Amino acid sequence: MVDLDFDVVEFEPADHPAIGETAPDFTRPFVSAEYWEDTSLSSVTAEGPTLLVFYSMNGAFPATYVWNEIRDRGWADLLTVVGVTISTPYDHKTFLDDRELDVSLFSDPSNEVAETYGIAHDLDGMTGVSEPRLSFFLLDADRTVEHAWVAAEWPEFPDYDELEAAIESAV
Amino acid sequence: MSAPQITLYRLQACPFCERVVRKLEEYELSYRSRFVEPMHSERNVVKRVSGKRSVPAIVDEATGVTMSESGNIVDYLDRTYGAQTDGGRVDDSDRDVTDGGAA
Repeated sequence: MVDLDFDVVEFEPADHPAIGETAPDFTRPFVSAEYWEDTSLSSVTAEGPTLLVFYSMNGAFPATYVWNEIRDRGWADLLTVVGVTISTPYDHKTFLDDRELDVSLFSDPSNEVAETYGIAHDLDGMTGVSEPRLSFFLLDADRTVEHAWVAAEWPEFPDYDELEAAIESAV
Repeated sequence: MSAPQITLYRLQACPFCERVVRKLEEYELSYRSRFVEPMHSERNVVKRVSGKRSVPAIVDEATGVTMSESGNIVDYLDRTYGAQTDGGRVDDSDRDVTDGGAA
């Protein structure tokens, strides 16, 4: 990000699954290019190393930034990459198409999954709307967290090279 | 946890699809739901599976049957999973037809 001459809003410390802990399982509509179907995280991770990405609702600029970066780095060729946010399945389908993404996205309008992960963020000025903080969890087949990055500021973006190094050492 | 044998391709709020769901539940069949888009042109997966873009469509891996149109599907489920008594064909047929999708 550019240098700003003021302090960016800080989040309260997150209480998220830490490295070595097991990421909570959940089931939500899982949206691919063609359809959606209730799917559990554990059934996804069982297939191999998985990058679980919590992000701002589709349409917000952080969603665009993050997924363009993931697409351009080709991470989905290295491991399974899945997203979670509060957008509806219909919105996810459009987003996948617009951003030309070859990944699948969980739809969690209630934001309960982010709550469970300790990374929910009540949006100021959008009463009643809560979404996930930007977060990345690198999981093995047993959902053990091998690497985690959770935004501490609103907004904050990760060091993608560092994340990529963690991915490369995990796959 | 074994995967269900029956896959139902459906559209949210489509009454023809709900008709099939009611029958699946009546026979306590486990099934997975795959939701597709209202726009016909966006339903390539259904076309690939069943040869048509209409929903509901089911794929029953137990029997190898793939089928479209709720009236046909309900008849098939009655025949295949209904009580094996005669009179099992008493159906509340309501002149279905074709498609449950918005155009």
